[in-house]
Amino acid sequence: MTAQLSPVLTRLYGVDRSWTREVYEAHQGYVGLRAALRHTPEEVIQLVKDSGLRGRGGAGFPTGMKWGFIPQGDGAPHYLVVNADESEPGTCKDIPLMMANPHELVEGVIITAYAIRANHAFIYVRGEVAHVYRRVLSAVNEAYRAGYVGPDVLGSGFELQITVHAGAGAYICGEETALLDSLEGRRGQPRLRPPFPAVAGLYGSPTVINNVESIASVPSIMRNGPAWFSAMGTEKSKGMTIYSLSGHVTRPGQYEAPLGVTLRELLEVAGGVREGHELKFWTPGGSSTPILTAEHLDVPLDYEAVGAVGSMLGTKALQIFDETTCVVRAVARWSEFYAHESCGKCTPCREGTYWYVQIFERLENGEGSEDDLDKLLDLSDNIFGRAFCALGDGATSPVTSSIHYFRDEFIAHVRGGGCPFDPAASTVFAMAGSSSELGANP
Amino acid sequence: MSGTSRDAQPTAPAEPMSAALRDKLVADAATIMARYPRKRSALLPMLHLVQAEQGFVTAEGIALCAELLELSTAEVSAVVTFYTMYKRRPVGRYHVGVCTNTLCAVMGGDAIFGRLCEHLGIGNDETTDDGAITLERVECNAACDYAPVLMVNWEFFDNQTPASATDLVDRLRAGAQVTATRGARVASFTEIERLLAGFDDGRADEGPSAGPATLRGVEAASKTGWRLETSSGEESR
Ligand SMILES: Cc1cc2nc3c(=O)[nH]c(=O)nc-3n(C[C@H](O)[C@H](O)[C@H](O)COP(=O)(O)O)c2cc1C
Ligand code: SF4
Ligand code: FES
Repeated sequence: MTAQLSPVLTRLYGVDRSWTREVYEAHQGYVGLRAALRHTPEEVIQLVKDSGLRGRGGAGFPTGMKWGFIPQGDGAPHYLVVNADESEPGTCKDIPLMMANPHELVEGVIITAYAIRANHAFIYVRGEVAHVYRRVLSAVNEAYRAGYVGPDVLGSGFELQITVHAGAGAYICGEETALLDSLEGRRGQPRLRPPFPAVAGLYGSPTVINNVESIASVPSIMRNGPAWFSAMGTEKSKGMTIYSLSGHVTRPGQYEAPLGVTLRELLEVAGGVREGHELKFWTPGGSSTPILTAEHLDVPLDYEAVGAVGSMLGTKALQIFDETTCVVRAVARWSEFYAHESCGKCTPCREGTYWYVQIFERLENGEGSEDDLDKLLDLSDNIFGRAFCALGDGATSPVTSSIHYFRDEFIAHVRGGGCPFDPAASTVFAMAGSSSELGANP
Repeated sequence: MSGTSRDAQPTAPAEPMSAALRDKLVADAATIMARYPRKRSALLPMLHLVQAEQGFVTAEGIALCAELLELSTAEVSAVVTFYTMYKRRPVGRYHVGVCTNTLCAVMGGDAIFGRLCEHLGIGNDETTDDGAITLERVECNAACDYAPVLMVNWEFFDNQTPASATDLVDRLRAGAQVTATRGARVASFTEIERLLAGFDDGRADEGPSAGPATLRGVEAASKTGWRLETSSGEESR
């Protein structure tokens, strides 16, 4: 019952100087690029369609299909933008990938740009990760020097420029159209769609936006063929992917496995929930995906099966919380996050997340009432489906799902005059020191 | 984002910009603009550059960005106030960000933040009198498998405790050279801002490929003997 792991993107993580071109090339690096250049761009798109690769940024949109929307031969400039903004709470897969294996991403960028006939690609890295930015910048510079990027990519006649761009701290810039506005030097606020970026994206030109892991999966498909890729995974969710385990688990970390593995199987590899404790709730793919509980341990972690139990696969950020964690506190904090990060463009999200925070404050301080639960659900109804972008919907996920599974715990906050949990008990150093060692809980 | 409260915060006064500094900024801004098809895209890196030279986004820095990009100062200010990494008052030599998003908070981030406030005698978004440390609560920094996490000038300090965090800030205040638990030697806030403006500091080779949590999946896989089969035979491992 343990998970069958399948390190492809993560295969170099333990290798000395894995971030350098030299080491990457010694491990099949840039073999996929040479293979791709032997095909026409249309053929490369077809190979990616055949592989069944779906976007790893959260929504699972088929990658080859997205590329196919780019008009060919329209004479306009095309752009590729890599979404390396990774900021969804719990999500921690792209940042270590870029730190350890940046050339896999760069190679994927070159292949993708070739396929969609883009001569300029951008990698938009969140700003708060200096060393990751260094590694990506350095990999791009190495690729230029090796002739993989530049006026004539490996003598193919294809010209490509790559710009590595640092963000400046704003979760909403991970939303693809907000990212485009940000990259154009504006406040990162989502755009009305249609037109979709494939038609009018960066500077109004046809643009593909893909997640880091999606793009980094492309070289392995070119190296090994689409059939190799689609042999992994489930019927509609193909290939391998990175699952990130964090929280109350014995060995948190990055576990790459075929899509469809279960949390029970992953936990087995990771040594289980921390010793002496049991699973209370978890997120399948970041804070914007409805929480699940121990009854969902055997749900295959693919797009369809997680959807069927009322959540979403999202970013595969498996945040594990044991019975010492107060679900009200957890969701209150996420709500503060959404209120802080709401871009303010639309009323349901801007006002709704503000009121979430007010109500959670009351509940945590023991000043709440049972009516507050209905208010939270009403607010959620007013946000969900009415917000301008998916941040608003995401903000409702932890609220509605936690009330669904843990209504009694909310009620206990009302009747018991506040939080019944000891925050010190949930910390990693709970065993190590007395609770007075731990400082105040602000 | 980050709020209306930040919008209300006025920009702090600063030393006037010397002619030499202005020339340097103009030259570096030209390098940045050349990376983009349209020059307005250079605004975010140019604001990082202003912070690199002046420690925060000054009124003169805003005016210079506006002039070079042919924007109004109001347009530039609107961008500055939107992003949390742009500061409108001087930042200490070390920006210490404590992740207090849910996962880290539960795992001990709240306790760490509380302890640092007490230890340093400052609150969120405040700087110690000696100008060494600016303390800030930050959102999830994509290092949750190392919770609780702290960032110093945007380098990772993984698996922290209240004791390790207070020790860290003491060493920073004493002027000791500190190295990230997963990353490079910690540089000054302004040096990092120059990097984020897109100027390579040549230090990508510092630090490991990955930390222990990042490696756990590959370690487990090597025990189960995963082989990466290719269509033309087998590839590796
Ligand atoms: C608020 C918000 C934040 C997002 N943040 C990210 C992110 O950091 N990285 C990412 O790849 N996608 C993020 N997305 C999803 C993107 O909008 C987009 O779907 C994705 O980058 C497409 O790439 P893919 O098809 O390769 O998954 C976010 C979406 C929303 C609504
Ligand atoms: S849903 Fe929230 S983040 Fe999205 S546009 Fe509306 S206010 Fe902005
Ligand atoms: S929650 Fe702290 S790094 Fe993700």
